[in-house]
Parts: sequence; C-alpha cells; structure tokens
Amino acid sequence: MIILAYSASEIWSILVMQGFAGLSLFSVLLLMALGLAIIFGQMGVVNLAHGEFMALGAYIVYLCSEVVQNHMPSLAPYYFVIAIVVAFLVAGIVGAGVEWGMMRFLYRRPLDTLLATWGLSLIMQQTFRSIFGAREVTPTLPEWLMGSFKPTQNIDIPINGVFVMALSLLLTGGITLFMFKSRTGLHIRATMQNRAMSGAVGINTGLVDRFTFALGCGIAGVAGAAFTTIGSTGPDSGQRYIVDTFLVVVFGGSASLLGTVASAFGIAQGQSISEFFLEGTMGKVATLMGIVAILMLRPQGLFPSKVRV
Amino acid sequence: MPRRRFLAASAALLLAASLGVQAEDYPTAKVNTTGLAVTDTTVTVGQLHSATGTMAISETGSIEAEQLAIDQINAAGGVLGRQIKVIKEDGASDWPTFAEKAKKLLVNDKVASVFGCWTSASRKAVLPVFEKENGMLYYPTFYEGLEQSKNVIYTGQEATQQILAGLDWICKEKHAKTFYLIGSDYIWPRTSNKIARKHIENVLKGTVVGEEYYALGQTQFGSLINKIKLKKPDVIYAIVVGGSNVSFYKQLKAAGITSDKQTLLTISVTEDEALGIGGENLKGFYSAMKYFQSLQNANNPDFVKAFKAKYGEKSVIGDVTQAAYLGPWLWKMACEKAGSFDVDKIAAASPGIEFTKAPEGYVKIHDNHHLWSKLRIGQWQADGQAKVLYESDLIEPNPFPKGYQ
Repeated sequence: MIILAYSASEIWSILVMQGFAGLSLFSVLLLMALGLAIIFGQMGVVNLAHGEFMALGAYIVYLCSEVVQNHMPSLAPYYFVIAIVVAFLVAGIVGAGVEWGMMRFLYRRPLDTLLATWGLSLIMQQTFRSIFGAREVTPTLPEWLMGSFKPTQNIDIPINGVFVMALSLLLTGGITLFMFKSRTGLHIRATMQNRAMSGAVGINTGLVDRFTFALGCGIAGVAGAAFTTIGSTGPDSGQRYIVDTFLVVVFGGSASLLGTVASAFGIAQGQSISEFFLEGTMGKVATLMGIVAILMLRPQGLFPSKVRV
Repeated sequence: MPRRRFLAASAALLLAASLGVQAEDYPTAKVNTTGLAVTDTTVTVGQLHSATGTMAISETGSIEAEQLAIDQINAAGGVLGRQIKVIKEDGASDWPTFAEKAKKLLVNDKVASVFGCWTSASRKAVLPVFEKENGMLYYPTFYEGLEQSKNVIYTGQEATQQILAGLDWICKEKHAKTFYLIGSDYIWPRTSNKIARKHIENVLKGTVVGEEYYALGQTQFGSLINKIKLKKPDVIYAIVVGGSNVSFYKQLKAAGITSDKQTLLTISVTEDEALGIGGENLKGFYSAMKYFQSLQNANNPDFVKAFKAKYGEKSVIGDVTQAAYLGPWLWKMACEKAGSFDVDKIAAASPGIEFTKAPEGYVKIHDNHHLWSKLRIGQWQADGQAKVLYESDLIEPNPFPKGYQ
C-alpha cells in the first residue's frame, strides 16, 4: 500500500483535492450536457453540431478578449462575465437561425437530422478555420480566475474549477426553475409531450421549437465560454466534447434533467477515481466499461422518462 | 507570360547566370533520366501537409517554412539553373488521403521530390508509396525513430537525439533521481517514454515513479496532478501534445505546481505550442529541442527576420518549422552534388552533405539519412520565448538504438 508512506494531513489534503477533481469534472460534464439534454432530451433531435456551438461560444470569448485588450484595457478584469452573456446570445441567435433554415423541415425525419446536423458541424468547423485560422487560440483571462485558493498548506483549489462549478450549478438551477415554474417552460413541456393538443389549445408550437432549440444552443455557447478557462479552442474542439456530451445524456436517460445531473456525477466520479488508482487511459476504459454494463441492464438510462408516448 | 512574372523570371535567370550555375551546363536529358517533371527552365516539387483538419495547427508552420526556403532558392538561381515550381497537396489530417495524394504527386505529377508529412502516422502511410514509386520525401518532424529508408531524409531528430542528452542534463543540473513520465496516448510519446525509462533506470540509475498516458484531446488532469503531488517526483517528464497541452499546463499552474517548486522537462512544447499555452503558464519549465527561435548564431537572426517579413511580425518559429526549412536546401545541395535530379543519385549523394547556413547551426546528413544535430535546453519565459541554457555537442543519429527497445 502506497498510503502508509504518507502523513495523515497529506492523505487528507489529497482526499480533498481528489474530491474536488471529481466535482470539477462533474460540473464540466454537466455544463456540456445541459444544452443537449434540452435539444435531444426534450425535442428528440440528435444535434451532432452541439460541440460546434460550444466552440462558437469559446470563440466569442476569444473575440471579446481581443477587443477588450486592444480597445478598452480598463475592462479587462470583468470582461469575462460579459463575454459569457454575449456567447449565450450569439450561440442562441445562430441556433434560432439554424432551426429556421434547416431543422424545422426535418423534425419528422430523425435519420436525416443526423446527417444534416453532422454536415452543419463540418460547415461550422471549416468556417472557424477560415476565420480564426487552424491554430488553437486562448483568450487572455483575468488574473483572478487563474490562481488557486489555499485553505491549508497542502491544499490547492483551482479558482477556475470553482468558477465552472458555480456556473454549472447556477445554470442547472436556472433551467430547472425555468422549465418547471415559468409559463414558457410549461409551453415547451406541453409541446414536446403532445404537439397536436398543444397546438389546439393555442400554443404556437413552431415558435416553441425555435425557442427551445435556440435555448439549447445558447447554453452550449455558455459551456464553451466556460471551457476557455480550462482548455484551448480550435476549429475542431467541438469534436472533443461531443462524445462525452452524448454519453452523459444517453446514460442519464434522455428526457430527464435529473438523469443528466445524476449521470454527469456518476461518470465524473467514476472516471476521476479510476484515473487516480489506474492510469489515464485505463481509467477511461474502466469508466466506459461500467457505463456499457449499466446500459445493458438499463437500456433506457438511469432515469428514463415516465411519460406515455 | 504576364509581364511581372516574365521580369521576375528574367531577373532570376540573370542572377543564375551571374552566379555561374546555368541550366545549359546541365542539359535536361542528362539530369533527368527517369522522366521526372523537369524542363529546361523549371523543376517541379510537391508539398504534402495537412492544410485542414486537426493537424493543420502544427503543419502550417512547416508549409510556410518550406515555401520560404523554396522562394529563397529560386531568388538565388534555383536548382541546377532551374526554378522550383511547387504543387501543394492537402493531406487533410487523414492518413489514407496522405497515401493517395503521395501517389498522385509521384505518378501523375512526376515531382522531383516531396516535402511533407508531420505525424508518424502520415509518414507510415506514405512510406510504401515512396518506396514503390521511388520518390524522395523530406520529413521534418522529430519522431520516435525505428525507421530508415532510402526514399526519406529525416530532417528532424530521432528519439535518442532528443531524449538522452536532455535527461543527462536535467540529472546533472537538478540532481534528479525520481521521474514521472506523462504522455498523450499514441506511438511517439509511448516509444519516447520507453527510451527515457531505459535511460533513467539503466544509465542514470534513477527511478520512474509513475508513467501515464491520456487520450489525445484530454482536458481534465485533476487526478494526475494529485498523484504527482503525492509522489513528489524530482522531474515531470511530459510528452503531452495538441490541445491537451493547454489544459495540462493551465491546471498545473492552478494546482500550484510551478517552476519554483517543481522541475518539468518536455519534448513536445515548441514556440508554436507556447503560443497556445501562454508563456505565463509555462514560465520556468524546460524544453529539449534542437532549435529555438531565440537561438543566437550566425544564421538564425537572418532566418527569423526573413520568416517574419514574409509571415508577419507575430508569427513564431518552432523546432519543426526550422527542420522543414532545411528540406528544400538539403535537396538542392544533393541535386548539385549528384549533378542530377534522379532520385537514386540524390539518395546516394545525400550522406555527407553539410549545410552550414542552417538556422540551427551546422547539420550534416548521416549514412542513415538522419541529421547530425545538437540538443538544446530552453527555459520558457513569460513572453513565450525560450532562453537557451545548454547546448550539446553534435549528436550522431541512431534510429535503432541498442538496449533501448
């Protein structure tokens, strides 16, 4: 046992930091999956361009960072918060445009949606490459985000991790409230459960579709913006995220927000613990095996939708 | 012919005439016995890199450097009195595409040589094509070794040239005994770490306290960083590539692992990567490379100036970019030594060629088609440039090292 060679305080601080590493991965996965949980979970649309909407959000932060640096350096410490809002709006507007121009013709043809959104993802990647170049970019982040917070001598808690965690909790809470307490949320849920009946009682279902899709894309934009604190952004960054994103949503049971949260938590803890005791790649393998085993037993995911279709 | 091109061509011809190398001295029928794309005034070469896809990030620098070298050679009169024309093909970061395009360049275009490839995977994909069609490839990247071909000149370092001297230096300077090896999960980091481990255990009598690989594109290193904190290695030896690099160094910094407390040596960070990672996240860590942009010698300042004049003040030059720049020059010298464009004659003439104007200093082609080169240790500064702290003697390339496999 390696543990014997260390003092109690060292083991305690590793436990704390390891727990934090798991929570931090959890919030990253949750943030990635939230937007998709709405689009895939609520609308049933397999949006393979979801990763590219994250990359779009990240590029928006990069643009904001360039503008602030060159034109208004006095804003540098605070611009990041504004950039996240801008990323949400831009990704949402682009999402609404995509829904209007493409998705609304494809709702009854799920397989074609798959191809169309995949094509869209390629178009977006090439657009990023043409505009921003093939090299990965990193926005200049405010200094307060990059340090670490030291409660004791041996413990370092990265502030960017805390930031991502706070953002993802805030967003999850916000979305839950919105979906279950607001009138628009009610319309969204009604439309997804029974489109014809919702139309009959006077809900503009076409508009609801557009809004839902745009909301999902906007949240993807926020996720991408948040990820600039932990990684770089390149034209194909979206591809890095998309697999994990679908994994979380499918494992959670596609139609439930609670399932998405639980699945992100399970995958994150499983992965970070197995990475600690095995090595990197093997840790990932162990996690995926666990997921496959559980999905074999529960093909509907952790929290399947209980709605009759 | 448009007037400007005519003027440029006549100027080049004039220049060539004044330098004494004239196409008439080398009749086409004599310098080209195998049907390559050579005319009385031009010779056509190919360039095969990824201009799109994942690898475009890395390969763009090589494309630029090769073009710069070709432009300079043309301005100085070309090769055997002939201006170089380039056919650019895009391997699109896809290995079968590389093989297909290599075949197109060699069979349809009959190019005299090809400058290209970056990843080992793309080189492995085109190698059978080059050997079958008898083409000539100038390959710029530092790589894992274990390969040698008549049809390839390797202008980057093979693994032992990059790894051994670097480990020796860190061991001596930092009195390092324990090492933690980290890599992205594919052939180059795994082979390199295998060589590093053998050297650490058998030659330096140190210990490897951990060896781990993470998927390409991994962005979460929390668990790994905790293990590093627990095992407290003297040196972190990192071969993390691509986008993961940025996350890795940012998270190290956020976890309080900085150069004042921890020694880190990497063989996968050049000025190109430093641009993405940010100098402030790398500050004080070491890279082992054969070339750094900040290198002070008789050739490098001119090279950096020419590169920046062509590609912008903000452009940076990494190790591979410099190695790519060597390709066209080494090919030109081989053609002139052989007095021919024929691939067989160039392959035979290449060993022994010395290039004294190389930005990295002096290089020489070995019988095994790799280059003799020096190893340098650079320490990263906050501005994303490295300060060169150490320079080895010329190291003999040894792609099949005994006792390291």
